[in-house]
Amino acid sequence: MQNLNDWLNAHGDYLYRFALARLRDPHHAEDAVQETMLAAIKSDNFDGDSSARTWLTGILKHKIIDIQRKRLREQAVSDLVDLDASDTSMDDFFDKSGHWLEKPQILEMPDNALEQKQFLGVLGKCLDKLPAKLSALFLMRDVQEIDNENICKELNITPTNAWVMLYRARMGLRKCLEMNWITG
Amino acid sequence: MSRDELDHRVTNNTMLTCKQASQLISQSLDHPLSLSNRIQLRFHLFICDACSRFRKQLKQIGIALQRMRQLTENDDSITLPTKIKVRIIDWVASKHL
Repeated sequence: MQNLNDWLNAHGDYLYRFALARLRDPHHAEDAVQETMLAAIKSDNFDGDSSARTWLTGILKHKIIDIQRKRLREQAVSDLVDLDASDTSMDDFFDKSGHWLEKPQILEMPDNALEQKQFLGVLGKCLDKLPAKLSALFLMRDVQEIDNENICKELNITPTNAWVMLYRARMGLRKCLEMNWITG
Repeated sequence: MSRDELDHRVTNNTMLTCKQASQLISQSLDHPLSLSNRIQLRFHLFICDACSRFRKQLKQIGIALQRMRQLTENDDSITLPTKIKVRIIDWVASKHL
């Protein structure tokens, strides 16, 4: 167990930030680090060639996906089923002939550190407002940059479900930013 | 409706609606579009300011998300609280020993 102490002291903060940047939820990030430590203690395949941090981060990446998968499974099945009715859900954004009901606004991008921080704060709030299943998938795709094929495999969803969910997440996010950030 | 079906449906109409264009813009972030969809989308974007803005928004969001991730990763003020470290050690010990 000495290893465990050493790992946590030397790399615990780093691993926690790594997980938090991808999961956004402090409790989920703590769980990811905890599961990583158990897996590391149980396995003895640390070869000493790579640094301990690199090795632990590799384990952590898998644990983060496990947690995201669990988040998606916790969603009611009925929530996922309605995703197939992909054409009715966008009525808020388009009229019957497929035109924008409201023309997308130009988002003013921050040009200094303070504005940047404010903008990311708004973006974070908008992300957290997405339904849990959408945000889990969206974080995997757009923050962790895992490719679609692997997302579908990991989460056991169809490519159709994946693109519909990502489309909805992006639509919701940009609308939320338009309402809460400066537009030109 | 599968992606192939969408491709098919879109291909059968020469002109994209904004709704179709916005779907293709989102999909183009995840995988390469078919040649015909790419051409249709480029044409649509050439004449449609609204969808061009939409595409720009998604690009801006993508860049901001990367920035947000990096800021969290590099923020030394974010630490794993000591009491959580203790909890993790206890938990792992209970599972492993």
